[in-house]
Amino acid sequence: MTKALDVAHLVKTYKGGLQALKGVDLAVEEGDFFALLGPNGAGKSTLIGVIASLVNKTTGSVRVFNHDLDLDPEGVKARIGLVPQEFNFNLFLPAVEVVMNQAGYYGIPRRDARVRAERYLRQLDLWDRRDTEMRRLSGGMKRRLMIARALVHEPRLLILDEPTAGVDIEIRRSMWAFLKDLNVQGTTIILTTHYLEEAESLCRTIAIINHGEITERSTIAALLARLRTETLVLNLKGRVAELPQLGDFVLNHVDDCTLEVEMDRKHTINCLFDALSRNGIEVLSLRNKQNRLERLFLDMVRRVRTDRGLLP
Amino acid sequence: MSRDAQAWRRYWVTFETIVSKEILRFTRIWVQTVLPSVITTTLYFVIFGQLIGSRIGPMDGLAYLDFIVPGLVLIAVITNSYFNVVSSFYSSKFSRYVEELLVSPAPNWVILAGYVAGGVVRGLTVGAVVMLVAMLFTQVQVYSPAVTALVLLMTAVLFALCGFINALFANSFDDISIIPTFVLTPLTYLGGVFYSIDLLPKFWQGLSLANPILYMVNGFRYGLHGVSDIPLRVAFWIILAFILFFTLFALELLRRGVGVKS
Ligand SMILES: Nc1ncnc2c1ncn2[C@@H]1O[C@H](COP(=O)(O)OP(=O)(O)OP(=O)(O)O)[C@@H](O)[C@H]1O
Ligand SMILES: [Mg+2]
Repeated sequence: MTKALDVAHLVKTYKGGLQALKGVDLAVEEGDFFALLGPNGAGKSTLIGVIASLVNKTTGSVRVFNHDLDLDPEGVKARIGLVPQEFNFNLFLPAVEVVMNQAGYYGIPRRDARVRAERYLRQLDLWDRRDTEMRRLSGGMKRRLMIARALVHEPRLLILDEPTAGVDIEIRRSMWAFLKDLNVQGTTIILTTHYLEEAESLCRTIAIINHGEITERSTIAALLARLRTETLVLNLKGRVAELPQLGDFVLNHVDDCTLEVEMDRKHTINCLFDALSRNGIEVLSLRNKQNRLERLFLDMVRRVRTDRGLLP
Repeated sequence: MSRDAQAWRRYWVTFETIVSKEILRFTRIWVQTVLPSVITTTLYFVIFGQLIGSRIGPMDGLAYLDFIVPGLVLIAVITNSYFNVVSSFYSSKFSRYVEELLVSPAPNWVILAGYVAGGVVRGLTVGAVVMLVAMLFTQVQVYSPAVTALVLLMTAVLFALCGFINALFANSFDDISIIPTFVLTPLTYLGGVFYSIDLLPKFWQGLSLANPILYMVNGFRYGLHGVSDIPLRVAFWIILAFILFFTLFALELLRRGVGVKS
């Protein structure tokens, strides 16, 4: 299968000597929905910057749909759409002009640019605000406008750097639906986020980057299968003073009416409930203590920090 | 269409987009972009041309007012083409929307050409307005329209290029006035706008010949009045050489990403 992105031995050393990328190798298959995760300062935006020609690489290579960034930069740029982490538009221009200018930079004639701008502004629910100056749009609207702008030349690879930062829940959900749909229609998507729930519900593959190195690359399904235990939080109907011993299920009090259960994933929840019922404990509701991916992520990042002696 | 033809078509659209965006920008804020030059040159015409000029007597065989008209128009062209590019391009760096261009497949030379053309349009527009103002004070005759147009165009191109280069290096809004303060203003005032270099002692005459603006002022004065301190051909080649040098320099800076990529 074609690779949408193929990054090899990528090193970026900023002026002043900080090495933000220390030999990154990363491939993304065409059609994938890919999450790039990592703590603040890990190098996500730097990596994206190099791919999108905003940051000069020090050494290494970048290929996008088999076009090499050094040999055919125009070919690479024409295939990428970028939604950057930080707002970058002329605040004094009306929204529609921002999108149409971007189309013009990609060489799309004005008449087509207008048609496309309308299409994407409508899809992102911004058409009513097309004549509003950018500085008068809300933060969430600006984020959506950056998506419209990134799509106007119909890129095959869409890269989004924290697209949902500061976006309300409802709009976040509709952005997710929009991106899923785009991916189904064939656009390869790479996304960074600090909301693990977002990565879990959207993406098929993830990579974790930390201190400029890829420390993990796997499908989300394979990763979640690695979780051996799971912690559930149970809200109880009545008070339970004495906790029974339930063998493999380890119970802990949070308060009188709330329990935490740590259970091995080889057991089913049915077993747990049978055991609870036998002991007369009635459960009103339950939830995962932590997003599952979040837990794995924290474990992995912490492991790296411990290896480096950054944490006890 | 062949692939080459398609590419050229795309480049043209990109160029058009940048130029029309630039024109829209300076016409939207014409009070800040067009009006100031009109006001200052009107003052120059009144004070130096009419009030003091009548006591100065002819210069190079021209009435003093007529002598300074070409220089004043040229100053307007120089400052406006320079400032249009430096402030527009620096703003795009400051607010980061230069990234819209950097991520696009627009080649560097198209970006440069677009911004320079935008600066040229503003320079020539304001130059034309100042010329109209001059006509209120004196009869302006054009001795050679071709030379006049060529010199104006080349001057505008050269200073638009300077504006672009300054914007690349600038790290703050204060930096955009470095070239105007330390280079442009001294060179224009010493460039034979207000006097003929024949008036200077030999040594200073020789030094003045190193000033590119001298050649533009004289080329332009020749275009209007048929009078020049220096041979026209020399003026032409020297301006062209500067344009070539600055173009290559700007393209090299863009290739390396100086001031726009980290
Ligand atoms: N222009 C720059 N000059 C120097 N150092 C930089 C520059 N940009 C980023 N860095 C450094 O490079 C490292 C990686 O930064 P980067 O922005 O890529 O992180 P990130 O993973 O995107 O973080 P976040 O989640 O906070 O956005 C950081 O240590 C940062 O301080
Ligand atoms: Mg970042």
